[in-house]
Amino acid sequence: MNDIIKFVIDGKEISGRKGQTIIQAADDAGVYIPRLCYIKKLKPGASCRLCTVLINNRPVAACTQPITENMAVLNTTKELDLYRKNLVEMLFVEGNHFCMFCEKSGNCELQGMGYRLGVTAPKFPYLFPLRDVDATHPDILIDRNRCILCGRCIRSSRDLDGKNIFQYVGRGHVKRVGINADAILSQTNMSVTDEAVSLCPVGAILKKRVGFAVPIGKRLFDHQPIGSDIEAKAVKVAKSKPA
Amino acid sequence: MDVSTKSSIKQICRDFGNDRKRLMDIVEAIQEKHGRVSGEAMDIIAHEVASHRVEVEGVVSFYSFLSSKPQGKSVIRLDDCVSCNMLGGKHLAEAFKKELGINFGETTPDGKITLERTACIGMCDQGPAAIINGIIFTRLSTDAVKEIIHTLRESGDARKLVKNLGSGNNASDLIQAMVTNNIRKRGPVIFADFDSGVALKNALAMNAVEVIRDIKTARLRGRGGAGFPTGMKWDFAREADATRRFVLCNADEGEPGTFKDRVLLTECADMIIEGMTISGYAIGSEEGIIYLRGEYKYIQKHLEKVLEERRSKGLLGKNVGGKRGFNFDVRVQMGAGAYVCGEETALISSCEGARGEPRDRPPFPAQQGYLGAPTIINNVETFCCVARILEKGAPWFAQIGSQASSGTKLFSVSGDCTRHGIYELPYGITLKELLAEVGGEDAQAVQVGGPSGQCIGPDGFNRIVCYEDLATGGSIIIFGPDRDMLEVASEFMDFYIDESCGWCTPCRVGNVLIKEKLDKIRKKQGEPEDLKYLEELCLTVKTMSRCGLGQTSPNMVLTTMQNFKSLYEKRLSKSADGTNKSFDLDAALRDSVRIQGREPVHLED
Repeated sequence: MNDIIKFVIDGKEISGRKGQTIIQAADDAGVYIPRLCYIKKLKPGASCRLCTVLINNRPVAACTQPITENMAVLNTTKELDLYRKNLVEMLFVEGNHFCMFCEKSGNCELQGMGYRLGVTAPKFPYLFPLRDVDATHPDILIDRNRCILCGRCIRSSRDLDGKNIFQYVGRGHVKRVGINADAILSQTNMSVTDEAVSLCPVGAILKKRVGFAVPIGKRLFDHQPIGSDIEAKAVKVAKSKPA
Repeated sequence: MDVSTKSSIKQICRDFGNDRKRLMDIVEAIQEKHGRVSGEAMDIIAHEVASHRVEVEGVVSFYSFLSSKPQGKSVIRLDDCVSCNMLGGKHLAEAFKKELGINFGETTPDGKITLERTACIGMCDQGPAAIINGIIFTRLSTDAVKEIIHTLRESGDARKLVKNLGSGNNASDLIQAMVTNNIRKRGPVIFADFDSGVALKNALAMNAVEVIRDIKTARLRGRGGAGFPTGMKWDFAREADATRRFVLCNADEGEPGTFKDRVLLTECADMIIEGMTISGYAIGSEEGIIYLRGEYKYIQKHLEKVLEERRSKGLLGKNVGGKRGFNFDVRVQMGAGAYVCGEETALISSCEGARGEPRDRPPFPAQQGYLGAPTIINNVETFCCVARILEKGAPWFAQIGSQASSGTKLFSVSGDCTRHGIYELPYGITLKELLAEVGGEDAQAVQVGGPSGQCIGPDGFNRIVCYEDLATGGSIIIFGPDRDMLEVASEFMDFYIDESCGWCTPCRVGNVLIKEKLDKIRKKQGEPEDLKYLEELCLTVKTMSRCGLGQTSPNMVLTTMQNFKSLYEKRLSKSADGTNKSFDLDAALRDSVRIQGREPVHLED
């Protein structure tokens, strides 16, 4: 039983396993830590910074920080709530996100996070960047206007699809996701069944000809906020504990 | 692409063993030889080193000195940092633009000259400065512009324009730069005479644990600015379970206003390498790397010569210093224009031939660094201190300075003072004393630690420069009474916007937003509420960013809001009619007229 590590998030005791990161242990225990670039089946990228939590008042990314015995993690504070909301707003103003006619609407993790964190209208000015659309692939559309640079496509294409189709190019505010070709996606060996397509959290990589197939009311976040699936585990964990 | 270019690119890949980890060297060599790394070249490199084209593109597009597009035969990189601009850099920029008839980022129609802006090149004490075809130009004046352009147009040979060589080793055959050292104050640690090999001999007479104990007894802390205890770092690397370990010297001095390492690299290279060798012995490493910023490429050959001399004296290589079984050697890794690579994990990424993006810790470099092996990264100046400690003894070193900040510190002083240059002073000096020393008594503000440090006003001039109070990697920029500090803050934000790697949201987007609001306030379009907005934004970037760049980029705005609040307040006012002050109705109307291509029929007058 030496592999069990007990620690605390916002005063709640959590049991994790040795080698887990904070976000993994929290997910298992039904404690939701907001995130956009992290996804269970990929190595963490730690780029969105939404999962930042405090340990001894020091900010760390929950997706990369290993758990240690008795560590006290703060996930919900007034400041963290504000800063996370600011990050989501930054992502909205950095790109060109038009939820009202985006086919990802309702299934979009950025939009879902905006609702969950209480973003109404961004207080930051829109930056209106010029970004391109690549519709050359017969089955896949890339719209960089909606890209939040989370890097899931880069990691999934490399680690799950074994193709290395994507990589960051440029740096700073003009950084973008480049493709492994001279110019366009149709020059790559990308396939519509690639994980890199399905793991995009926003409407930046889309399957063609299936838009709006799911009616309003049946989309992922129509009835419950993003993260509810994880929080539902807390109920199960509580129920499974002997009285 | 012709056959000979193709084979040349392949040959360069082979020169570096078709090693993916040496991608930086490969693309730098191709850039130098062929003037760019084209898409076709990327395809060839990717094939040769078994990588992917987009990965090569990722690297080429990351570094300022690499380019996929064709550049002019001559490339002028004009220093765009605050210190140079205080010495007339902006007039110079205008003069170049006018004479060439192009803007920054453009090439003349005849394809001969490209004009670029570049972040601080470390010539703050002799600006305005530029790098032209790899050669450093200092103390440039607008009068010189015509001749420079003429010579570049005629022959493309920038070397012809170097008329006077600088001081010290800058005048040596392998450097031949017009750079002067401007060492104003020599202290006992760094600038005292150094007898090659003595410190190493003392170290080799002890065992490794004893060497680290000496570094701890001396209470040496990192000179790059963060101040981590050096001995503790070495212990972590030594105790990590591994067969290979690395010693990295961080010579990516890029903090605007810092130029001390420039002088150490030309004048004290032997001492630096001796310090590295001692640390190699202490942690059990056989390989060292000096990561030299692209801006200091002019020093590369000199460093390699010093390395060669030490090899021939038996102070590098096999059985170093006659110690059987202790092998240690050093190579120079060139950077290619990226401030963020001074961050230690980004520096490792760059050494491994990748984009210079920082990594999350843990794992710390001392556990898993370069090539996954335990790695210590220390500042150039720290290695000099190491050598001196082993030469003179830990107690000697520890009695200089204060309890928490032992030894001396090099300060790079620039801005509005009469004596720019390098000062070696013991820790514990007040800003007031420093200002008197350098002739900057009438300062309205002192930037301690560069843009990532703090902006201190006269109220704080009694504060002490040391780790306990005002920590600094050495950059001291002095601002006289006539400087507009909010303009300075805005220029610093430009620097961060350009130099952010863009990995994480807060730094990539937040710095752009800070600058946007700051500029509105400068234009008197701000309202009192904007101070809270700006503070919250700055704290978001500071708290949520991944590495030291984003964690410190809002410091200038935060510390000026704290120490020079009235500069903000006097520009802020409540909107008289309740409308957004930054919204210019007439300008918006003009825009829409332009876009629509027709005048609105009801527009009066």
